[in-house]
Amino acid sequence: MSMDRRTLLKGLAVAAPAAAAGSAGASEAVKAPDDAVGMLYDATRCIGCRACVTACKKANNLPLEMYDPPDDLNGTTKNIIKIYHEGDTTSYMKAQCMHCLDPACVRACMVGSFKKRDFGIVTWDPNRCIGCRYCQVACPYNIPKFQWDTPVPKIVKCEMCLHLIKGGSQPGCCAACPKEAVIFGKYTDLLADARERIAKHPDRYWPKGDPIIFGDDEGGGTQVLYLAGLDFEKLGLPDLDSEPAGAIAQKVQHGVYQGLIAPVALYAVLGAVMWRNRRADRKEDE
Amino acid sequence: MGRRVDPKLGPVDGAPMDGVDRRDFVKVCMMAAAAVGLPASVGVKWAEAAEAGLKPSVIWLHFQECTGCTESLLRTSHPGLAELILDLISVDYHETLFAAAGNQIEDALHQAMEQHEGKYVCIVEGAIPTKDGGIYCQIGGRTAVDILQDVGSKAGAVIAIGSCASWGGIPSADPNPTGAVGAPTILEGTPVVTIPGCPANPYNLLGTVLQYVSMGTLPALDDKNRPLWAYGRTIHEHCPRRAHFDAGRFARMYGDEGHRLGYCLFALGCKGPETHANCSVNHFGEIPDCWPIGLGHPCFGCTEQGVAFHKPLHQEAALPEGAHPPIHPDHRKSIAAGWAGVAGLAAGAAIGAGLMASKKLGEKDTED
Amino acid sequence: MAHAKATPVGGPLLTRPYTWLLAFLGVWLLILVWRFTSGIGAVSGLTDGYPWGVWIAFDVVTGTALACGGYAIAILTYILNRGQYHPLVRPAILTSALGYSMAALAIIIDVGRYWGIWKIPLGGFPDMGGYNWNSALLEVALCVMAYVAVLWVELSPAFLEKWKDTSTSEAVQSFARGGLKFFDKALIWIVALGVLLPTMHQSSLGTVMLLAGHKLHPLWNTGWVPLLFLISCVGMGYAVVVWESTISSRAFKRDRHDSMLKSLAGAMVIVLALFTVIRFADVLISGKAAMLFNQGWLSLLFWIEMALFVVPIFMLRGVRNKPFSTLLNASILMMLAGGLYRFDTYIVAYNPGPNWNYFPSLPELLITFGVIALEIALYVFIVKRYPILAGKPAARSAS
Repeated sequence: MSMDRRTLLKGLAVAAPAAAAGSAGASEAVKAPDDAVGMLYDATRCIGCRACVTACKKANNLPLEMYDPPDDLNGTTKNIIKIYHEGDTTSYMKAQCMHCLDPACVRACMVGSFKKRDFGIVTWDPNRCIGCRYCQVACPYNIPKFQWDTPVPKIVKCEMCLHLIKGGSQPGCCAACPKEAVIFGKYTDLLADARERIAKHPDRYWPKGDPIIFGDDEGGGTQVLYLAGLDFEKLGLPDLDSEPAGAIAQKVQHGVYQGLIAPVALYAVLGAVMWRNRRADRKEDE
Repeated sequence: MGRRVDPKLGPVDGAPMDGVDRRDFVKVCMMAAAAVGLPASVGVKWAEAAEAGLKPSVIWLHFQECTGCTESLLRTSHPGLAELILDLISVDYHETLFAAAGNQIEDALHQAMEQHEGKYVCIVEGAIPTKDGGIYCQIGGRTAVDILQDVGSKAGAVIAIGSCASWGGIPSADPNPTGAVGAPTILEGTPVVTIPGCPANPYNLLGTVLQYVSMGTLPALDDKNRPLWAYGRTIHEHCPRRAHFDAGRFARMYGDEGHRLGYCLFALGCKGPETHANCSVNHFGEIPDCWPIGLGHPCFGCTEQGVAFHKPLHQEAALPEGAHPPIHPDHRKSIAAGWAGVAGLAAGAAIGAGLMASKKLGEKDTED
Repeated sequence: MAHAKATPVGGPLLTRPYTWLLAFLGVWLLILVWRFTSGIGAVSGLTDGYPWGVWIAFDVVTGTALACGGYAIAILTYILNRGQYHPLVRPAILTSALGYSMAALAIIIDVGRYWGIWKIPLGGFPDMGGYNWNSALLEVALCVMAYVAVLWVELSPAFLEKWKDTSTSEAVQSFARGGLKFFDKALIWIVALGVLLPTMHQSSLGTVMLLAGHKLHPLWNTGWVPLLFLISCVGMGYAVVVWESTISSRAFKRDRHDSMLKSLAGAMVIVLALFTVIRFADVLISGKAAMLFNQGWLSLLFWIEMALFVVPIFMLRGVRNKPFSTLLNASILMMLAGGLYRFDTYIVAYNPGPNWNYFPSLPELLITFGVIALEIALYVFIVKRYPILAGKPAARSAS
């Protein structure tokens, strides 16, 4: 006998989200790798000299563009200094990849081009990327940039000068900074340094009196940490809770597809239904 | 030949005037004109006026000052330039340079004012205290305020030389115990050309004064009445070390490698980006690179009120507006409204066509 | 069940309208050359703020949903055993096969580093561990690739029949016969795949946008999005089948089977009602009710979407006694409803931050139109040469 269509659709309607809710557990917070490195940017120390912007371009063989400098991260710019200026309040802001502990770009990239590799640094593999730009959609900080004006485009973003780190030196930006506004080091050391700074100078950082370190757990935590004298949202950082960007999508996707159980089961059900339909039809024809 | 003795100024050092023939004199006048950016023809006019004995009168007032601006003027050491200037203009009152003193010099002042009323150039050096009735600077029993208002109101042009006369300078630094202000504040209503600096670059004064005496006009001025030709750019805009700034090469400490290589001094607190002046292209002492940054010390913004004697020496300057992109730069593409409208119309037309088609095709049910 | 046999429509291919279509495709090819030699930025309005635009939102996401006719009809005909819809199956499968193939073409046009795409169906990248199984987009990509293959296999009897009947070569004929026999036996398992795969990837197309996180407006950002995408694509599939049958029957002078098409209304109403209920319930239960009114343009778009889903429900009630145009109009609204929902999810409700905007450029739109034109051109070609459409054979001169 054929299945009543109402029953079938009802079944499907209930099954999918139920499966999603059922097999989705709470996502565990991802920990930083043991050898994780990072950067600590203290906006209260930055003087806006932009030595880091030039140094980054040199370290990564990007065009210098000194006379028409970039106004944002783009296909040839992996690091930028921007300014927040409102009345008497001024703060500079360094923007580059946050090297998240649980990166959305890594979750998004279907071919595994974006991966968290050595020292927890998120790097892009040109041999795998197909240029689908899902990473751009996924990144909560809008970091990966695409080279729109070439027939052979790349995805461009800060890779913490992994090539220099491997050789024992630091990222170009950290080496160039005359005020040590951005420093490089072990992730755990930098976190401790940042905590020390906000403990020693609670009125210098934001929120005054009880400052926070951006990247401590935002979006699941990042290996690039920020301290500032004003609201991070004013500096362009999104207001994120501690759940990693991909956690919800993961819950839904895994809920349905975990172990491919549901698809295989559905396939079996469909096959079985059609088998019985066909047998019933053949009996009718006889 | 011996030393020249000027009737008012006393003995004057330098090359003697006698024995200089006319052609050489005209040549030197033309060089002097060129030195301050005036056309050579003006130099010829000067020579003619000097010969005819027609020299514009200059009355130079001193108040709360260190005399640095006068000293800096005296260090224009182009051969014979000092004498030429003194011959091209008639300095009728100058407390530093005059041999006379007391009543003698005060008489000279009144005489000059009467003789050249409405025509003399009044140059002011030093700030003017205003607190407690202005008693903190008095000359000959009169307060600086009174003197300036008296002399300044009868002048053909008033020029304030140095930051003190322009806006108060170092006497006006917090807490400003004497209530020191610049000449423009005292002479409200009278246009006062300001030549700030600590000291002012002497050529900024020379160029302005010589333009006035030879052409009767003042150069174009900015909103603080500073000649645009000298104060129209910030040091940052025409600094010889600018390439180092743009490339991110900074001296981080006095004596470090970057400092010795002549790198940019922004990280040491150079106020170049906030300071309008031309020291970077018109060096002092007529020796190349003889200016603060050239000697390895960051500019402290001596021409700018609110910067000099106010911001700490090694506090970083604010870079100009527009030097950095904002947090959210404008990436919007201009969506040609017409084009968007066309697309909308096309979509609407497609839907309309669909509805019309369904009417036509669906009027009658076909038979199965 | 007895039903009219499918036969080729026949007639000349290069009619006036067809020639215009080919001319447009010539222009389209030139624009494609421009795209591939100068880069995506030269021919589109895409930016780092809006990396996905009309090529993704329409050609891939909406296009595949509109190509769900085969899926929707297969559910009715094979799963729910409504054999009377059988004549609709083959043309729907053709539309689906072409629609999905065009979506694949659009993807090749859209991605920046297309030269590596061939690696995806061949097992990923063995040098570094293969796929990222966490990615919803991977699921979409693999499923769509597999489904394109399944659709053409499902359509193969049309080609096999023609080759069996008309080929002069003995080898081809025996291959055709063998193929048809295999297909007859394996039909169930192929069709089951053809129902499973779209269920998976059409819903995943919704899940894909969940990764945008806070950049996706809360009215569209919900864990129910995969189900909503799935339900709406089924509705769009039926709507397309209605229009495709209507136009082909008119163009190629075949039976239109009015009462059969009208009877699709039952399934359409269920789908529309389910979507509406789930969407509203989700918004209300998750505490977003205020957003229905205080989000400016986005609130308005939400209501327009819902109106497009709800109005056809009333139009389709008792459609048996209404003129056929009612069914056609309701179908237009259903297609607009699903299309708008997808455009909103992928573009309009996606906000990367201040000072970014997006509107497709003219070449970008022409590329999209060209993809549609190519689909039409191929549809006409196949329908004229191969037995797709059922009903009375064509008259001597086709349109």
